[in-house]
Amino acid sequence: MALIDLNKREIHCKIVYYGPGRCGKTTNLFYIYNAVSEKYRGKLLTIETRGERTLFFDLLPINLGKIHGLDIRIQLYTVPGQSHYRATRKLVLKGVDGIVFVADSLRKRREKNIESLIDLKNNLKEYGLKLEELPLVFQYNKRDLINANIPLLTIEELENDLNKDLKAPYFEAAALKGIGVFETLKEISKRTVKYVARKYIFNQAHKRAQGGVL
Amino acid sequence: MGTMVVTAEKVKELQKVLNAQLLAIGVSLAILIDEAGNVIVAAGNENGVDTTSLAALAAANFGATAQIAKLLGEEDFSILYHKGKRDNIHFTKIGMDFILVTIFTDEIPLGLVRLRVNQVAQELLNLLSEND
Repeated sequence: MALIDLNKREIHCKIVYYGPGRCGKTTNLFYIYNAVSEKYRGKLLTIETRGERTLFFDLLPINLGKIHGLDIRIQLYTVPGQSHYRATRKLVLKGVDGIVFVADSLRKRREKNIESLIDLKNNLKEYGLKLEELPLVFQYNKRDLINANIPLLTIEELENDLNKDLKAPYFEAAALKGIGVFETLKEISKRTVKYVARKYIFNQAHKRAQGGVL
Repeated sequence: MGTMVVTAEKVKELQKVLNAQLLAIGVSLAILIDEAGNVIVAAGNENGVDTTSLAALAAANFGATAQIAKLLGEEDFSILYHKGKRDNIHFTKIGMDFILVTIFTDEIPLGLVRLRVNQVAQELLNLLSEND
């Protein structure tokens, strides 16, 4: 649930990085955290197990500047990717305004990507949300491994597996090196803010219309 | 789940309630958050407390505990309380979508905090559900 605080003149949106285990969701957040100046970001909060895997979620609040005199504050969350953390992922999705689906380009992770996308759709459904209606961006991560001679899925294969019907924008990335990280963030932020603003304006118009009838 | 809008007047009214009912009995900090982890309004001494992280963790904590409740056949646990050496924290669900987080020292009796929080819950809910 996005929050528009007219007292502080701020808009708060929640963007969740979703995807299978070890695909690089937390790496995205780490890269953003290290690259953005302190003025524009809050503390990076991580809850992870000893093996560097996210246990609950990571959170990074960032400030994207002003639109129409309102400060845009985005909270970036990640979910734990391993399939047995389904209940936790559902909790983190509560009130989501935008989604980045990070897919693993490794060929052997193909099934995991597909499973994770189905899991995302199911979890959203339980909140009465549809992936098709939410701001969504795909990130095809680990593209740099092609140079290391590791079998990767082609972009066409990834698109066909995941994005055939959704037709969301996608970015090729190597999150460890920061390639594609900000492009993804910029696109999802733009889409999310637009979505939240449109919903707000629609609600206002709806309320006024209701007032008129009464 | 739509977009929640809080106006300056609403923030003032909510803060007034938190001040009069909770800060008046010595609570150090009272934060009203939504279940997505957004801070709606905070009243009291925020010194050194990262309210953004606190709100995200409190919402997650509440969600996780609700799942535990379901495993036991309960709807949810409406009250959570953690005791520290110096500070204590108390979480109460307000309606369906909100959580009131209260931080207080050992000098304030838990019973008094619980009583006041219960009294204040309906008042906050009324303010939150009013249309602007």
